[in-house]
Amino acid sequence: MTAVLPASPTAAAPARRGLFGRRLRPKPVYVDPQNHLVREFVTPEGVDLRLQLGSAGERAAAFVLDGVIITVAFIILILTAVSAASAFGFEGEGAEFVGAIELMAAFFLRSFYFIFFELRPSAATPGKMALGLRVAARDGGRLTSEAIFTRNALREIEVFMPATLLMLGWLMSMGGAEAVDGWTVLAGIVWTGIFLLFPLFNRDRLRVGDLLAGTWVVKAPRRALAADLASDAAERLARFAFTPEQAAAYGVKELQVLEDVLRRRDPRTLAAVADRIRRKIDWTAGPGEHDADFLAAYYAALRGRLESRLLFGHRRKDKFDKA
Amino acid sequence: MKDLQLKSHRFRAEREGDWRKLESLLGKGERGRARSLTDEELLQIPVLYRAAASSLSVARATSLDASLIAYLESLTTRGYFFVYGPRTKFAQRVTRFFRHDWPAAVAGLWRETAISAAIFIIAAAAAYFLVLRDNAWYDSMVGGMAQGRDFAASTESLKKVLYDNDSGHFLGGFAIFLFTHNAQVSILCFALGFAFGVPTALFMAEQGLVLGAMLALYASRGLGWQLGGWLMIHGATELYACILAGAAGFRIGWAVAFPGEKTRLDAASEAGRHAGVVMIGVVIMLIVAGLLEGIGRQTILLDWARYAIAGVTLTLWLGFFYLPRREAR
Repeated sequence: MTAVLPASPTAAAPARRGLFGRRLRPKPVYVDPQNHLVREFVTPEGVDLRLQLGSAGERAAAFVLDGVIITVAFIILILTAVSAASAFGFEGEGAEFVGAIELMAAFFLRSFYFIFFELRPSAATPGKMALGLRVAARDGGRLTSEAIFTRNALREIEVFMPATLLMLGWLMSMGGAEAVDGWTVLAGIVWTGIFLLFPLFNRDRLRVGDLLAGTWVVKAPRRALAADLASDAAERLARFAFTPEQAAAYGVKELQVLEDVLRRRDPRTLAAVADRIRRKIDWTAGPGEHDADFLAAYYAALRGRLESRLLFGHRRKDKFDKA
Repeated sequence: MKDLQLKSHRFRAEREGDWRKLESLLGKGERGRARSLTDEELLQIPVLYRAAASSLSVARATSLDASLIAYLESLTTRGYFFVYGPRTKFAQRVTRFFRHDWPAAVAGLWRETAISAAIFIIAAAAAYFLVLRDNAWYDSMVGGMAQGRDFAASTESLKKVLYDNDSGHFLGGFAIFLFTHNAQVSILCFALGFAFGVPTALFMAEQGLVLGAMLALYASRGLGWQLGGWLMIHGATELYACILAGAAGFRIGWAVAFPGEKTRLDAASEAGRHAGVVMIGVVIMLIVAGLLEGIGRQTILLDWARYAIAGVTLTLWLGFFYLPRREAR
């Protein structure tokens, strides 16, 4: 149950030097060099889940979505309260009632919207859910309620306080009472900037709240099980007899590109890819041979060949891999 | 004919039913409808999850179907979070919070609480003596919060504030206003602790200054005792909560500045979780304080009764937090 950060290189690599010979930290080694947001995450069953962290863009989008939901909910609540109060008449108690509802709604939406949703089993606000994100404990343990409270309490200084300050400044300058000190505005902007951009300056895309709560935000999208493209392999391979040499023309990388092409079923791409493969393996198309049929059959043949090699311990990376 | 089928296809065909079953059970559980799962289904989830995890390992080693591996990764991840997620029922968690977590967290924070209280009291005392000596200090300390309560006001009007029972108003609304305002302020005070606790210290000192200056104003008119009752009926709870929020902020600031033997990240997250428990408690205390201030103070007008309530609440809080108790299981 450990989340292992990219390990530092064990080999005695020469220390990297920066400006003026300053010694730099060794470059981190990533689980997946193509995607720096993938983390090794071994479950108690010993399976590496290869968790992918939410990117800064996804996090921002989720936050904006939540902001919209909060605003709409607030407006609806106020309208309901106003119409309820108007039944009692707006004098005295009615107006105070609306005021009380407004205060409650503003406070609870601002402070407890995120906490409420993240305490649920899906550990995600509606915005996060829409983007397939969820909150998780960094150490792989359970996500506790105090961690959720802390990570969201910190929003107060990350977002709400600077927003309030700027809004106040804007209102004051609009009112023309006294122009807000330029330095105050600058301080507000710098403050917001530090907290807002904090996730961009660390590898794990942690907010300050995440840092203090020991949490991070990972991708946990729901994926549907797509149909197996090789389900009718036997029948197809009976019609298309590829020689072993022909079935061995490509590696895993090309196989997965082919899988992608077959799932998208774009006729022009299918035709172009079929053409390329026929030329590569010297295949002459029979009369009335469909590109999609040919590709599906070739996919089955290639996958069968590569998978049986895989069982013997050979994983052919791509077509240049001759091992 | 069957032998011509791919091995990975047969592998999938044999297990697909179990995966889909796990997927539908997880779907139910994640939507918070864990109660709609039968006992049998609940027992099935871990078994199916382990099967899916092992399928993932096998698929990674033997199958080249990228979409299948992506599906299994997503399914296993969801299963992992469900199986190893919080399992206690909400009611159990709440009970545990009140019986153990909250008092233990507050008691564990005694050093920071003492510092926080000291800053507050020293600031209050300093303001008290400064204002008594020179009234001009008052405005710079209290500023906008005075609302007419300053040295220009008559003793009569000052006294009226203390015993005005506002009977014509919706007191619940006033209590809500006080609670939301105070809760927002203490969450801010806590969050500011991240900047090495410096803003939190300033914040505590400022609160102390306002209190001390106000006391000095009333004391100069011979109303010190009465103001005490007016303040302490809810202040025993509210100021205590405020001091605890400051203490929680200091804990975080301290961990960030001086992580000790742990890495800064580990120290910060440990402190953050500990302080988080205290802060949940602070919000609860502020609800109590809001009710005492918004409703209790406006209806109870006798000084001794106000002091009695203050004394009782303070004793209750201190006993709740610091009295030794048996270890929770």
